[in-house]
Amino acid sequence: DTSLTEVNSFSPSVPISPSSMINQYKFEDEPELRDLFITVDDPESHITAIETFITYRVVTKTSRGEFDSSEYEVRRRYQDFLWLKSKLEEAHPTLIIPPLPEKFIMKGMVERFSDEFIETRRKALHKFLNRIADHPTLTFNEDFKIFLTAQAWELSSHKKQGPSLLSRMGQTVRAVASSVRGVKNRPEMFTEMNDYMETFSQKINVLDKIAHRIYKEEREYFNEMKEYGPIHTLWSASEEDIADSLKGVASCIDKCCKATEKRMAGLSETLLPILHEYVLYSEILMGVLKRRDQIQGELDSKVDALANKKAEKDLFSEEIGKLEDKVECANNALKADWDRWKQNMQCDMRSTFTDVAENNLRYYEECLATWESFLASQTVDLHVEEDSEDK
Amino acid sequence: MEDCLAKKMEITVLEAEKRTGKNAMNMQETYTAYLIETRAVESQSEGQCAPVDSLWRRYSEFELLRNYLSVTYPHIVVPPLPEKRADFVWHKLSADNMDPDFVERRRIGLENFLLRVASHPVLCQDKIFYSFLTQEGGWKEMVNETGFQLKADSRLKALNATFRVKNPDKRFTELKHYSDELQSVISHLLRVRARVADRLYGVYKVHGNYGRVFSEWSAIEKEMGDGLQSAGHHMDVYAASIDDILEEEEHYADQLKEYLFYAEALRAVCRKHELMQYDLEMAAQDLTSKKQQCEELATGTVRTFSLKGMTSKLFGQETPEQREAKIKVLEEQIQEGEEQLKSKNLEGRDFVKSAWADIERFKEQKNHDLKEALISYAVMQISMCKKGIQVWTNAKECFSKM
Repeated sequence: DTSLTEVNSFSPSVPISPSSMINQYKFEDEPELRDLFITVDDPESHITAIETFITYRVVTKTSRGEFDSSEYEVRRRYQDFLWLKSKLEEAHPTLIIPPLPEKFIMKGMVERFSDEFIETRRKALHKFLNRIADHPTLTFNEDFKIFLTAQAWELSSHKKQGPSLLSRMGQTVRAVASSVRGVKNRPEMFTEMNDYMETFSQKINVLDKIAHRIYKEEREYFNEMKEYGPIHTLWSASEEDIADSLKGVASCIDKCCKATEKRMAGLSETLLPILHEYVLYSEILMGVLKRRDQIQGELDSKVDALANKKAEKDLFSEEIGKLEDKVECANNALKADWDRWKQNMQCDMRSTFTDVAENNLRYYEECLATWESFLASQTVDLHVEEDSEDK
Repeated sequence: MEDCLAKKMEITVLEAEKRTGKNAMNMQETYTAYLIETRAVESQSEGQCAPVDSLWRRYSEFELLRNYLSVTYPHIVVPPLPEKRADFVWHKLSADNMDPDFVERRRIGLENFLLRVASHPVLCQDKIFYSFLTQEGGWKEMVNETGFQLKADSRLKALNATFRVKNPDKRFTELKHYSDELQSVISHLLRVRARVADRLYGVYKVHGNYGRVFSEWSAIEKEMGDGLQSAGHHMDVYAASIDDILEEEEHYADQLKEYLFYAEALRAVCRKHELMQYDLEMAAQDLTSKKQQCEELATGTVRTFSLKGMTSKLFGQETPEQREAKIKVLEEQIQEGEEQLKSKNLEGRDFVKSAWADIERFKEQKNHDLKEALISYAVMQISMCKKGIQVWTNAKECFSKM
C-alpha cells in the first residue's frame, strides 16, 4: 500500500470464517455449493495532501481453480467499487448488476465520515460483492477477479486500460438515441417488465419513505419515554404507602423504553437497508431495460438503413446478423436474470417483513411480561393487606 | 361512613345537553347543562322501583356549591371539581370545551365529585348539598343567603397573602410541603404523559400507510399479492387500535388530575390553619402589648417606645383623669382580648383535631385510589400489548406466505 497515510481504524473486524459467513447472509443459491467467500470490513481513514478517503479491507477465500491462491486480502476505496460496477455494466449491459450504496446521503444529518455512515456503507459494499459472487454469470467476470485479488498498484494500472472518458461519453449519447428506436419493436415481455418496474419503483420508494417515518416516530416516542419513567421514581420519594407501586411502574416504563430502543435498532438493521437497496435496484432495472432497448435500437436502425439502401445488402446482412445475435443474447440474459431477480426480491421481502413482524412481536412480548409481573406483585400485596385486615 | 348520603341515595349525572341563554351581562352564550338523577336506595330492596328525581345543573352551579363547601368547612379536604378547561392535552385531543369527548369526561368527573361529597361523613350532611341534588329552583338564592361569600373574601386573601407564623405546627408545614410536591410531580407526569401519548399515536398511525401501498403493490405481484394485501389489512387494524387505547388512557389521566386538584384542597386546609395560627399569634401579641401599655400607664414608667409617649413628653404629661380613663379602656380591651384569645385557642385546637381526622381519612383514600389507578394503568398496558401481539402475529403469518 503506497498511500501516505494517517491511519485510524473504526469498527472491529467482521468474522471471516466461511461457516459464519454462511449463516450471516441468506442467499438464494445453496450455500453448500459456494466456493467464493467475501467479506468487507475494517474501514480505515487515509489522509493525504490532496484528499481524505476511506479504504475497506476486502478478504476473499476461495477454492476455485482459476484463482492462484485460496486467500486474498486487499484494500479498496469507494471509487474502486464504482469502477467495478461500471465495468460489469459494460460487459453485461442487460444483466442486473447489484446496487452500490450512494456516493452521498442527501437526507438526514449523517456526516460524510460519521461512524454510522461508514458502517452503513460497509454493510452495503459487503452485500454488493456477495451478490455478485452469487450471480451465475457475474461471478466469473474477469474484472471482478482482479478487483478481489489485485494489489493497489496493479489495480490502478489495470483501470487505466479501460476506454477513455470521452469515448464513454460518446457511447452514452449514442445509447440514448438508440434506445428511443428500440421501444418501437419491443417484445411484449419487455413492455410488461417496463410497466411492472414503473409501478414497483413507485411503490418501493413510497415504502422506503414510510419505513423512515416509522423509524422517526419510534425514535421520538423513545425520547419521550426516557423522561416518563423517572418522574414516577421522583414521586415515590414523597410517598410512603404507594412508593413501591410507583417504583414498580417506573421500572416497567424503563424496561419498555429499552425494548422500544431494540425495536428501533431492529428496524434500522433489517427493513431500512433492504428497502433502500430495492429503491436502487428499481433504478438499475430501469437502466437495464433501457440498455436492452438500446441494443434493439442498434439492430432496428441498421434494418431501417438496409431498407433504404438495397445496393449494399450483403454488407449489411452480416452486420445485421451479428446484431440480431446480440439482441437475442441480450434478451435471453435479461429474461433469465429478471426471473432470478424477482425470485430473490420475493425472498428478500418475505424474510425482511417477517423479521419486522418478529421484531414487533418480541417488543410487545417483552413489555407484556414486564407489566404482568408488576400486576402480579400488586395483587399479591392486596391479598396480603386483605388477609391482615381480616385478622 | 355508615350514615353518609351515598348509601341512602343513588346519584348519577346522566347526560349533558347544549343550551343557550343569556348570561349575567345579558349576552347570548352557549353552555352545557348536566342532568342529575337521584333515587332513594332503600325502596329498591322492597322490590319496588323508587321514583327518580332529576334536575339540570350547569358547571358554574357546581362551582358555587364547591365554593360554599370550601368556605363552610375549611377543615375538610373538599373534593375537587373536574377541570374547567381541557389541560394537558395531546394534539389529537380537543381543547374545546364543547367537544363531545371533553363533555363526556366532564360528565364523569362531575358525577365523581357528587359521589365523593355524598360519601364524605361530614359534607354529606350539608343541607345546601342536599338541595343542590333535589331542588332545582331557588337553590342559588339559598346558597347566597347563607352569606358564605363574606367569609369567602377573606379566605381568598388568606390563600394569596404571605405572612410569617412564629410557631408553625410542624405537621401542617410538612403537609403543605407534601401538597406542593404532589402538585408539582403530578403536573409534570401529566405533561410528559401527554407527549408520550402524542408520539405513540404517531407510531401507530404511520403504520396505517402500509395498507394502501401494499394493496397497490399487490396488484402487480402474482405470488406475493395475497400476502401483501392481507398484511396491509392487519396494518390498518393496528393503526386504528390506538384510538381506543388512548381514550382509555385519558380516564387514567383524569384520575391523576383529580389528585392534582386534591393537592390544592389539601393546601387550602394548611393555609387555613396557618391563617388561624397567625390570627392567634396576632391576637396574643396585641393582648400582650395592651397589658404592657396598661402597666406603663399605671406605674408611670415607659418601657416601650411609643409615639404617644413621645408626644406626651413633648407636649406635656396627661392629667391623672385622662390616664385613669385610658387605663379603664385598656382594661376592658384586655378582658375582651383574653376572652377572644381563649375562644381562638379553642377554635384552633378544634380545627386541628377535626382537620387532622379528615386528613387521615384523605390519606387513606388517596393511597387506595392512586394504587388502584396505577394497577388500572398496568392493565391498560397489558391489553395494549396483547392487541399488538395479536396483530403482529397475524401480519407475520401473512408476510411468511408472501
